[in-house]
Order: sequence, then structure tokens, then C-alpha cells
Amino acid sequence: MAAIASDRDPHETKLRALRRLIASQKRWDLVFACIGVACLMVGVLTLVALFVDMAIDGVPRLNADFFSSFPSRRAENAGILSAVVGSTLVMLVTAVVAVPLGVGAGVYLEEYAPRNWMTDVIEINVTNLAGVPSIVYGLLALGLFVYQFGFGQSILTAGLTLALLILPIVIVATREAIRAIPIGIREGSYAMGATKWQTTAYHILPYSTSGILTGVIIGLARAIGETAPIITIGALTFIAFLPPSPVKAEAPFISFEWLTSPFTVMPIQMFNWTSRPEAAFQANAAAAGLVLVVMTLAMNALAIYIRYRLRKSIKW
Amino acid sequence: MASVDVASLFPLGERVDPDRLKHKFSRNIRERVIEFILFLAAFVSVATTLGIVFILAWESVVFFRHVPLATFLTDTMWTPLFSEPRYGVLPLLSGTITTSAVALLVAIPMGTVIAIYLSEFAPFTVREVAKPILELLGGVPTIIYGYFALLFVTPLLQTIWPDLPGFNMLSAGLVMGIMIIPYVSSVAEDAMRAVPMALREGSYAMGGTRFRTATRVVMPAAMSGIAAAYILGISRAVGETMVVAVAAGMQPNFTFDPSEPAATITAYIVQVALGDLPHGSIGYQTIFAAGLTLFLMTLFFNVLGHFLKRRYREAY
Repeated sequence: MAAIASDRDPHETKLRALRRLIASQKRWDLVFACIGVACLMVGVLTLVALFVDMAIDGVPRLNADFFSSFPSRRAENAGILSAVVGSTLVMLVTAVVAVPLGVGAGVYLEEYAPRNWMTDVIEINVTNLAGVPSIVYGLLALGLFVYQFGFGQSILTAGLTLALLILPIVIVATREAIRAIPIGIREGSYAMGATKWQTTAYHILPYSTSGILTGVIIGLARAIGETAPIITIGALTFIAFLPPSPVKAEAPFISFEWLTSPFTVMPIQMFNWTSRPEAAFQANAAAAGLVLVVMTLAMNALAIYIRYRLRKSIKW
Repeated sequence: MASVDVASLFPLGERVDPDRLKHKFSRNIRERVIEFILFLAAFVSVATTLGIVFILAWESVVFFRHVPLATFLTDTMWTPLFSEPRYGVLPLLSGTITTSAVALLVAIPMGTVIAIYLSEFAPFTVREVAKPILELLGGVPTIIYGYFALLFVTPLLQTIWPDLPGFNMLSAGLVMGIMIIPYVSSVAEDAMRAVPMALREGSYAMGGTRFRTATRVVMPAAMSGIAAAYILGISRAVGETMVVAVAAGMQPNFTFDPSEPAATITAYIVQVALGDLPHGSIGYQTIFAAGLTLFLMTLFFNVLGHFLKRRYREAY
């Protein structure tokens, strides 16, 4: 009896219509959440597929010989020794150039820079450089380092090129790390009579070290995988020798001859093998790619971990 | 207020120690020198931009003395290394536009959905896991994506579409699209999170669901930032090198059909750099003219993107 009455009740009908509307609107919420998760899954699955595909082709090639052999015309004898050594030395040059320049520039822009047009120009520049395609850096290096400065297709040229490439990353990371330090720290230091540089060297830099380190690691992870600028400077792909050793038996014991040596790096070696039609070489490419991707992912994961730790531990 | 006799704190009172002044003088000098060094570090970024512009313009001027600009922009053949060279940039542009369009068809919808999901829907734990994964996706070296496109995605597409050639712009574009999702989603998400909470609360108070709030309130409010994300994504796609160089072939082909092989501007530069062109030849200069075209395109998108990004920062 009551149910029949309520059917005729106009309020009850309205309420039902409203409930239906709410339910259908909420369904959209659910549908969209599912689409969102699906899109994220596409990203995750791509990462997994990439890894598994390379692992299937590459793992059989991963043995001690692969790491200790030079590239060869015969796929089964080829290895990545010269590429690993080349990548390490290039990264060394890149880090030595990019870290002081990037940190210095970051410190200047945050702590020293006056508010004038020059500072604006530098800031706009840094944001713009971050968006310049890497191959354009390669053209800069080809025109400037290789031919104008006469460095040739050497480790020095490659290291400098990649250093310029990751400079914006290091600068931005440094600035963000410095900006997070409260002004009270600086005021305390100045109140004790410290100069600007003393404040920077004893307080600002030590407190921002982990933030800067995160940026440097991410930058180096990007640099180690960069292929295009290295190809553009005309780096050879068939290098069956190592650069001269940096340590000498006789005085002065340290030599910088390796800086001018021709070289190959991991991504170049992989590109070279990928562009060959034979399946055996493509298996080599997969193995080299696996080593490379593990290296970059490990570096990125380390950076993400440091940042995570930092967020947890620092409470100003 | 207890007044302190300042003179009693410093027993030397009126006598100013000349050594102390000298010390202060040297201290100021040191501060100035350090400031100047830091300024130089910051200036390296400006010098890099100047270097890029100078090198590209310098070599291009020589090129354009040989090839009129009108021919460069309107000729439909790009065969600079043939015995009868033709210098029309259109085939390279069509390749660049086609691969970028395919990439953006993947990256823009997925990047937007992921950004909305992470900013408006995802619980805290999902975001904590998803963001590092996206970052890793952006950190994989591009040569690895090239390998993946050529040896995984193309064979996969060929099982559905048997006529697809081994080199094609479709698989290169698809993989490139997944590669640039993190760039699009992170900028778009930042823009959406910058929308003040009060706007969302207003919508919820009026009975808006999450989906409605996200699409009708948050997205319109963050529109300029989202547009910036898309434009930075375009710039990324246009400048991407290794994926297209490996997977799309390197033959200039004046077509907008993604199932065909073609060369992009970046792939052409790689192709020339792999060969052995003498310094100063017209072939050598073509890569600088191509590089200049690429640089101007990405510069345009970057400036537009940063302009839009700055607008959403100023809005609230």
C-alpha cells in the first residue's frame, strides 16, 4: 500500500531520477579511473616488454667474454670492452666539466645574481637549452670542438658535448636544492660575520649536496645513453683497441693522452649492431642494450631513492 | 632595555688595527673573484646558445649561397649526395611531421589521461609508485627505444598488417609516443596541481563528481599549462633522433603515409654523420642547414611552451 503511494509521490520520483543521475555520474568516475590505470599500465607494460624482449635475445650473449672482447666482424666473438671503457672515460670528462659549471651556475643564479637583464638572459637561456634537441649539440660540437678547436673525434670532444647537454639538468637541480634551504640558515651565517662565499661553502653547498647529487646522477644517466650527438661528431664505430692508460709507470705517472684518443661508447656500439641485418649481431645489440638499460635504470633508481630519502629525512 | 657599552666589548676601542683592514680588503677581493668565477659558470649556458646559433648560421650561410632559400623550401626532392643533387627540405619535413603526428596521437591522449588520473583520482600510494615508473620510462636511452621499435613493435605490427615494410614511420612514431608520455604527463600534472583547492571544493560542494570536477573545473583552469605540456611534447617529438633513425629508415620520402619508410631531419643528420663527408663540402653544410631548420622549429615550440607555462603560474 505504502509502496504504491510512494510511486505516485512526485518527490519520490524526483529522488529516484536524481539517484540514477548520481549513479551514472559516479560510473563515469569509475570508468575514468579504469582508463587512467590502463594508460599507466601501457607505460609499465612497455617497460616490461622492452626489458623482456632484450633479455630473451641478449642474455645468452652475456658472459665474461662479451665484457672482455673488442668488437669483431664475427658476431660471436664480438664484445663491449672498448665501449664500456669509452663510456666510462667520456662520463668522467662529462662529470668533471658539468658538475663544477652546473653547480657554479646554480649557486650564482640563486645566491649571487643581481636582478637585472643579464640574469634574465641567463635564466631564459637555461630553460631554452633544456629543450634543444640533443643532435643540435652534436652539430655544435662538430663545428666548434672538432673543427674550430681541433679536438678531433676524441673522448674530450664527446665529454665536453655531453657536459653542455646535461648542464641545464645540473643547474636546475642545484637551484631547486638551494631554494629549499630556509633563509634563516643564511641569516644565521651572516650574523656571525661570514661572507657570502663562506656562507655558500660552509652552509648552502653542504646542505644541498643530496639534491645536487640527484640532478648530477640523472644528468649522467641521460648522457650515458645519448647516441645522436656522439654520432654527429663522427665518432668511429669500429674501435678494437683501448685508449692509452691514464696511469704511467714512469714520472709523472699520470697521462692525459687518452683525452685525444678515438673511442666508442655503449649506445654507438648498440646502434652499430642494431643496424646490421644479421640476427647474430642483433643479439649482440640486445645484450649491449640490456647492459646499457640496466646501467641507466640503476642510476635513475639511485637518484629517485636519494630524493626519496631526502624528502623523508630533512625537516628544516 | 639594558644598554651595552659597545666600546667595552672591544678593548682596542678607537685604535683601528691596520692589519685587520688589510685583511678585510683581501677578503673583499676574494669575494669578488669568486663571484666573477661563478658568473662565468652561469655565462657558459649563454655562450652555448651563442655557439649553437653561430655555428648553425655560419655553415648555413655558405649553404644558402649555393642553394637559394626558395629552392630549399619548395623543392620536393632531397638528394644532396647524388650526382644530380636536389636540395628541397620538404621530404625531410614531411617525415618529421608524420612521425611526430603519430607520436603525439599516442602521447597527448595518454599523457592527458595519466595526468588527470595522477592529479585528481589516484590515491597517494599509487602516485608514489607511478611517478618514479614514469620517470624511468623517460630515462631509458632513446637508442633502446629504437631497437624496440625496429625489432619488437614492427614485427608485432606485421602480424596484423603483413604488407608493412620493415622500416616504417608508424612503429617509430608509436614508440616515440610512449617515450614522450612522461614529458607530457608531468608538465600537465604540475599545471593541474597548481589549480587552487578551493576551485575543486566549490565543485564538490555543488555535487560535482571527481570526473566532472576534473574535466569541467580543473582542466579549464589549467588549460594554459596543459597546452604548454602538449607543445613541449611536440618539440620533443620533432627533435627526437635515434628512434626514427633506427626504425623509420633513412631514405628521404615525400609522403605523409605512416606505413612508408622515410627520413626525418634528425635521421638525415645521422645518416650524413655516419658517412665520411669532407669538412667544408656542400654535403657537410647540408646537415647544418637541416640542423638550423630543426633548431628554429624546436625554438619556436619551446618559447611558446614556456610562455604558456608562465601564464598558469601567474594566474593564481
